[in-house]
Amino acid sequence: MNKWTIFSRGIIRENPVFALLLGLCPTLGVTSSAINGMGMGLATMFVLIMSNMMISLLKNVIPDKVRIPAFIVVIASFVTMVDFIMAGFAPGIHEQLGLFIPLIVVNCVVLGRAEAFANKNSVLSSTIDGAGMGLGFTLALTLLGAIREILGSGAVFGMKFIPASADGILVFILAPGAFITLGFLIALINHLRKTS
Amino acid sequence: MENIILIIIAAIFVNNIVLAQFLGICPFLGVSSKINTAAGMGGAVLFVMTLATIITFLIQHYILNPLSLGFLQTITFILVIAALVQMVEIILKKVSPSLYQALGIFLPLITTNCAVLGVAILVIQKQFNLVESVVFAMANAVGFTLALIIFAGIREHLDLMGVPKGMRGIPIALVVAGLLSLAFMGFAGLVK
Repeated sequence: MNKWTIFSRGIIRENPVFALLLGLCPTLGVTSSAINGMGMGLATMFVLIMSNMMISLLKNVIPDKVRIPAFIVVIASFVTMVDFIMAGFAPGIHEQLGLFIPLIVVNCVVLGRAEAFANKNSVLSSTIDGAGMGLGFTLALTLLGAIREILGSGAVFGMKFIPASADGILVFILAPGAFITLGFLIALINHLRKTS
Repeated sequence: MENIILIIIAAIFVNNIVLAQFLGICPFLGVSSKINTAAGMGGAVLFVMTLATIITFLIQHYILNPLSLGFLQTITFILVIAALVQMVEIILKKVSPSLYQALGIFLPLITTNCAVLGVAILVIQKQFNLVESVVFAMANAVGFTLALIIFAGIREHLDLMGVPKGMRGIPIALVVAGLLSLAFMGFAGLVK
């Protein structure tokens, strides 16, 4: 498989959120605005790239029987790093994402790629795979965040386009809006996939 | 006492772990097509979540904090949960084969249930004491089970409905979850 296919399939064809339905907890939990979705996506992308790279480096050393706990330790180390990096350099967004940063550890996308791809492929391919999947995840979260922000607070990336005194449709930035928006978005993507 | 009751009501209804906090969405969508399996999963989560919270609480306060190893929290907690799930599975198999039969298939799934790790971290963040932590964990598990069973009940009926083609499966399930979450918002303000 050439490198471009490995990179690009994570973005649309095998998008972790829209096609594989993985990692739905952060997808729903942090997408009340586009910038939050993007922050979460980038944090996950970093963990994905680094853990894929590290696991494919170590794949011949890790005994097969204990590979899952070993993967989890590698992933958890990078998650801890991201947690501290964000707390130091982007405290605002770190506060907003809160609990969902440590929870990247149990994001099935990360462990799923480690088991399904990095465990069997070369270091370069695994890194590219991590980047592609991470980018797909980031795009999905940013898209969902942008839609919810536009409908829910009448703003794009924090810039309000409706009169300052007006409110958006508040329900879209609250919990129910997350489920409903994602439901319709997946339906739309399924429809486009079938017709194309 | 009042404090404990507030924690219970807040965790089950006001800040429902699935419908308001978005933790444990995977099993919520995955094993909620039948009421029986939903109840089984709920039971398994109640068991593991309570145990995991007690153990991680003790580790945080008696090992990590005194040695100022707080930065190892994420790694330690996830390893403890993974090991615990394995252990529970082995012990149940020996001690109570009937319970193992009922919960068995759900146990491995719980390691990746972010609700368990989420609750373990939340009790540390909220600075609960041990009793409050146990109550909080159990109440959250009950809230998880409640949401799962209600949702399974709706989905059993949904199978018989003429859902538009594009919305079948996950999309309509997500919209239903949204409406359920809207209903649970009615509890907001019950507890500050």
